[in-house]
Amino acid sequence: MKSKSILAAILLAGSVLTAACGNSDESKKEDTTPKSEQTSKKDEVKLEKEVAAYKEFAMDQLDQFTTETEAFVTAFKAGDMEKAKEIYPKARMFFERSEPIAESFGDLDPRIDARLADVKDEGKGEEEWSGYHKLEYALWVKKTTKGYEKVADQLLADSKELRARVETVEVNPKLMLNGAVDLLNEVSTSKISGEEEIYSHTDLYDFKANIEGAEKIFTILEDSIKEKDPALAKDLTEKFKNVNDLLAKYETKDGGYVSYTKLTKADTKALSEAVNQLGTPLAQMGTIME
Amino acid sequence: MTEEKKNGVMDKKVSRRNMLKMTGIGAAGIAIGASGMGGILSTFGKDFVAEDDDSTAKNKVNFYGKNQPGITTPAQSNIYFASLTVLVKTKEELQKLFKDWTPAAVKLMNGEKIAAQTNDMVPPPDTGEAKGMDAQNLTLTFGVGPSLFKKFDFGDKKPAELKNLPHFPKDQIEENYSHGDICIQACADDAQVAFHAIRNLVRIASGRVTMKWSQAGFNAVPMTDGKPGTPRNLFAFKDGTENPRGQADADKVVFAQSSETKSWLVGGSYLIARRIQMHLETWDRTALDEQEATFGRHRDSGAPIGKTGEFDAMEIDRKDEKGELVVPDTSHVFLAKSVKSRLLRRSFSYASGVIDSTGAHDAGLLFISFQKDPKQFIEIQNSLGRMDKMNEYITHRGSAVFACFPGVKKGSFIGEALFSTL
Repeated sequence: MKSKSILAAILLAGSVLTAACGNSDESKKEDTTPKSEQTSKKDEVKLEKEVAAYKEFAMDQLDQFTTETEAFVTAFKAGDMEKAKEIYPKARMFFERSEPIAESFGDLDPRIDARLADVKDEGKGEEEWSGYHKLEYALWVKKTTKGYEKVADQLLADSKELRARVETVEVNPKLMLNGAVDLLNEVSTSKISGEEEIYSHTDLYDFKANIEGAEKIFTILEDSIKEKDPALAKDLTEKFKNVNDLLAKYETKDGGYVSYTKLTKADTKALSEAVNQLGTPLAQMGTIME
Repeated sequence: MTEEKKNGVMDKKVSRRNMLKMTGIGAAGIAIGASGMGGILSTFGKDFVAEDDDSTAKNKVNFYGKNQPGITTPAQSNIYFASLTVLVKTKEELQKLFKDWTPAAVKLMNGEKIAAQTNDMVPPPDTGEAKGMDAQNLTLTFGVGPSLFKKFDFGDKKPAELKNLPHFPKDQIEENYSHGDICIQACADDAQVAFHAIRNLVRIASGRVTMKWSQAGFNAVPMTDGKPGTPRNLFAFKDGTENPRGQADADKVVFAQSSETKSWLVGGSYLIARRIQMHLETWDRTALDEQEATFGRHRDSGAPIGKTGEFDAMEIDRKDEKGELVVPDTSHVFLAKSVKSRLLRRSFSYASGVIDSTGAHDAGLLFISFQKDPKQFIEIQNSLGRMDKMNEYITHRGSAVFACFPGVKKGSFIGEALFSTL
């Protein structure tokens, strides 16, 4: 799966958007999936305002992601390692916050965000590895930018393409509901174990961003949740606060986070449990679709 | 990221497939169907509904009764034991926790799922892995540990005898396998049914408890003419031969009677759990007569040394023609029998992988005993002391004591007598 030209993508993006709108009937028909005997097909809850708000949020995040990635790539290519290292975790946060959307591009997501382990899992060699984590490797392990200029250029091109293609994503309540849970799952499976940022150990930035991404979805849906189940809304507010309070313990003076390597087993256990305790009520947000 | 999608941006079909993947609604997800944690998982409000034992359920043990199930119930073949740490801060929340657990426990012991799904946009309210299984003689036994009474002020309801066990000779107690605010013992004839019960009870309590430690265990219960025999531990000796039999005996040894403890615990029992590592490699190079001298019993029959039947009286002061004790005075049984105390043993074996530092089996006994007062266990354990020949082959690694509530009456909830007059 090789890259396409950005120009083509942007041109296509517009037409896809139109095409998708014009064919909503057809897509509905094709999306019908078999239901179990216990559940009957319900009238779909649309939540149009909420869906629009979320899409706006995601596009704004990816705007900033592109801008920050550009700054990162500029510093990287100028050989300014310190600056690049400083921008690296912060730029990535915009991506991590909007991951439910960014993830929907099965080709772009790995090009931007794959870890070497992911690439190898697919039976590919290191030469097919690209994106942020390859530059992380250059900065923190190889301690050089030399020889990685093309990777940096590609990363910038890919983030721009991502931003362009996001226009075409069809956001719906399901995507938001499952996206919020997926963001927490990301935290539970790779951030809490320090496996996301194995060279820079900036996992807590991604952790925080994933939580913020989930919290944004909750905030957008909060009124609907309150209407249906006020106790659930209250519980979620508390549980988000728990996680955020715990994370705040690891903030640094410059608004960043301490290295993952500074965390003890007891620290990661407390964080992990707080995330799981948030996950249970978070998964209940689907109650608004009833 | 594992699946590379070859979608061009114009390819709507593929992009819809992505959407499906992204939203996590695969056909499989929907087939599982069922929904709405509804009441069962909600943390606030909603009064509890009394569920009833289903007398038509297969392989079922009753939840309601004078004493909790899982104590004098014939030992099932599997256990999943969980020790929990309480997170809630008020006694009202604590009471609510047990109110939520009660109907779920009844349903689980009926072999039913804990709630039906009404909305497929939320996760299944029952995790589902016990679907298709009957009740499998599942028993759920709830207790509270000394640390709970440190977190909450129950005034004079705290029984004086409820405290952590003292240090015994050769103990190597690790916090990872010790203590806890609440215990739930799930025993069943199927390992997955037992695990499912704990998993769902902990899930219901998400944000209100965390898991401190847990241990899975197993038993081989031999059947003779349809009757269950005494299970053997991993040293191949029968474990539980001397257990009290019948309600009268159990009331004497196992269940606290009025005037013997605080009123909320009358009909209850103390559970003592000890995670005892067995050095199998060492044991397996020990000659049979040494093994039997260690226990004070014959291995195959389970009979006292010098006798033939498992249930023959031990009579520890028997002497041979040379005037020497038949049952060695350093044997486990001799020492245990040197004191008057009795208890109900309900232990399970465990095998939890390989010990990193030695390459040996991490295996042993999840020793569980029930008694009306922990001092019964303490007295026996002190008698074993440094003398017990068994010490050579075992190490006590975990220790916990819990006061298990009396049985629940329909319409009431677990531990009501402790929590009702808050």
